[in-house]
Amino acid sequence: MAKKILSIVLALTMLVAIALVGTSCGEKKTVDKSTLKVGLITLHDDTSTYDKNFIDSMYRALENLGLSKDQLVLYTGVDESSDCYDKAKACVNQGCQVVFADSFGHEDFLVQAAQEFPSVRFCHATGTKAHTLGLDNFSNAFAAIYEGRYLAGIAAGMKLNEMISAGKITAEEAVMGYVGAFTYAEVMSGYTSFYLGAKSVCPSVTMKVKFTGSWYDTDKEYTAAKSLINDGCVLISQHADSYGAPNACEEAGVPNVSYNGSTEAQGPNTYIVASKIDWTPFYEYMINCVLEDKNIDKDWTGTIATGSVKLEALSKVAAEGTQAKLDEALAAFKAGTLHVFDTSKDNFITVNGEKLTSYKADVDYDDAFTKDTEVVSGGYFHESEYRSAPYFDVEIDGITLLDRNYG
Amino acid sequence: MKIERTKNEPLFHISKNENMTRWKALLVRVGGVFAALVIIGVMSVILIKQNPFKIYATLVTGAFIDVWTLLKDTAVLLIFGLAVIPAFKMKFWNMGANGQVLIGCLVAIACMKFLTDKLPDWLIIVLMIITSILAGIIWAVIPAIFKAFFGTNETLFTLMMNYIALGLVAYFSFAWDPRGSGNLGIVNLMTHHGWFPNIGNKYVLVIIVAVIIDIFMFVYMKYTKHGFEVSLVGESVNTAKYVGINVKKVIIRTLILSGAICGIMGAIFAGSLEHTVNTSICGSKGFTAILVAWLANFDPLVMVFTSFFVVFLNTGAINVSTVFQLKSTDYANIVIGIIFFCIIGCEFFIRYKIKPSQRMHDILAGIKKKSHKGKEGK
Repeated sequence: MAKKILSIVLALTMLVAIALVGTSCGEKKTVDKSTLKVGLITLHDDTSTYDKNFIDSMYRALENLGLSKDQLVLYTGVDESSDCYDKAKACVNQGCQVVFADSFGHEDFLVQAAQEFPSVRFCHATGTKAHTLGLDNFSNAFAAIYEGRYLAGIAAGMKLNEMISAGKITAEEAVMGYVGAFTYAEVMSGYTSFYLGAKSVCPSVTMKVKFTGSWYDTDKEYTAAKSLINDGCVLISQHADSYGAPNACEEAGVPNVSYNGSTEAQGPNTYIVASKIDWTPFYEYMINCVLEDKNIDKDWTGTIATGSVKLEALSKVAAEGTQAKLDEALAAFKAGTLHVFDTSKDNFITVNGEKLTSYKADVDYDDAFTKDTEVVSGGYFHESEYRSAPYFDVEIDGITLLDRNYG
Repeated sequence: MKIERTKNEPLFHISKNENMTRWKALLVRVGGVFAALVIIGVMSVILIKQNPFKIYATLVTGAFIDVWTLLKDTAVLLIFGLAVIPAFKMKFWNMGANGQVLIGCLVAIACMKFLTDKLPDWLIIVLMIITSILAGIIWAVIPAIFKAFFGTNETLFTLMMNYIALGLVAYFSFAWDPRGSGNLGIVNLMTHHGWFPNIGNKYVLVIIVAVIIDIFMFVYMKYTKHGFEVSLVGESVNTAKYVGINVKKVIIRTLILSGAICGIMGAIFAGSLEHTVNTSICGSKGFTAILVAWLANFDPLVMVFTSFFVVFLNTGAINVSTVFQLKSTDYANIVIGIIFFCIIGCEFFIRYKIKPSQRMHDILAGIKKKSHKGKEGK
């Protein structure tokens, strides 16, 4: 009996010892370039345009900084559950000094890892909580992608104009379709800026939106695009991460404006252009902060000017004169004279026929999701200025939501 | 006449094998696992173009990157497995562990979210556990009642209950989040209300619970009247009826037990591991658990090892994808697929005897003769 008790006590002591060793990881140190390790956690693998963009950007950043590929610890297919915490922990155990996760639902689990490992930095794309939580080692990052969407919208509007002047459709038939993931600010901000871009060159345009209730579902995105096309939409764009919508467009011969990167291979006869976020500038900034032992900005917003928001090259499908229009808008963005969500322009952003003069958005995190910050001032809606993740969730005139999906 | 018969005779005769010893059966299974490892090695060399031993080594070291995570994952899979075995022993094919756990987790999260600040913490936790168990039981017992009284097919019924649970979870994770992202996030992230207390670290609780349920299930199945009745119903419903067992009662009672264990797992997900509910927290554990249980021949103690084995391989395979930067989740899935394929395949060799037929013998003898002659000629 005594032996048994002794062995149980010994086993328990060993367990406690392991637990203690696990929790007492060292203090902050300056990092040598050769010993740097970066962790990257992605929701899907590179069959998703969204995650592929993150993975490819990371390899570019490593190459630009003269780091080797082996300094990356990459976990793909990580669920938005404690799986993310487990993988973040695995990154730390393998010596990563900084860990980046790419999906909205990863945020809370990454926060838990950040609380547990104060000497390691954690960065998260599309999240909203870092500036409120105030953890030293946890940051959010995003880019003003609405600027890119606006440019993509201009290309779409030019294509519609081409169809109208060729007599293929009337001005009233200039109806675009949009396949969205969720009725969530990131998606709403995206389709609204796309619509406004089109409207800036083709004033009669209207848009219909269908939601899939999933960020990545090839079948649902395909069917949604198909039904929009059957519903009379003459051009399709999407904010969902599979090749579903581009494939449906190619089959039906309907022009498509893509996202996250070129889908020309999927739609050689229908692909016009794609906007995307290039994460390379942020990754480089993040890695340099680690090397120089500087704090990473709690809430980092990339723009067209920082090279974070990009538009792919126009395809042969694009209408004539599109490039000139794009260059014009691009110059205005860089000069700071063009605001996408311009509330002062007549007949541009209206809700029930009225101009938008005031709007409170949920910018700071709290459990009740209070709408806490006034975001319309100086004649425009200040998207991504008070927080990197989008908060424009106004339903404006001209855009019809055909459904509201929760998945 | 005789010659013709041997001409059309198949090369092998397959017959039922009812008296294979446990040791022999175990040996066949170990052989199956070994064959799987060899196939995995060959496949890895083709896909990754690396030394197979380097890949095996990465697989093994990868599994131990974080021992606690490994133990936690094993414990979770084990609890899923323990929830399905009593029903399986009864030949009630419960495919609904995922749904039963999810619905338990959903109601526990509801308690956590809506009772915060209204009740003391300990009471919230108690309510979470009770409601979760009840929800798990309801989800399991509905198909059981239909099976017992109307003879419905339990495989389809439990499977469909999974989708109802998934739909409810998807709906509520949208309804409870006014931002519309469809992602509830961790509930009470700042206040920790309704979170189960940490014993050392947050993985110890689930490990302890798994050990307790495992021992309970071992005793229940082997040494209690209930356990005996379950195995009798599984062997033959008519025999069970003849000896005076109320089969309907046994079916419903056993599924209540299954549902309760799933409910406990749901409460642990809500209170200890996830602190949230979404459609991906169960993954395919409810189905993997069936294979784990099958592999262990429904023995709760052996299941500890089979759960560990599957988790070990899965974690290791994910690490292989990471180390060799495959940028894909497919490798880990293929590895697990190969393992299961070989294991289920070797059940065939356990249940059936394969004997070469007379024709096969003749052919072999012919070949021998020829080669013998050939040698003589030289």
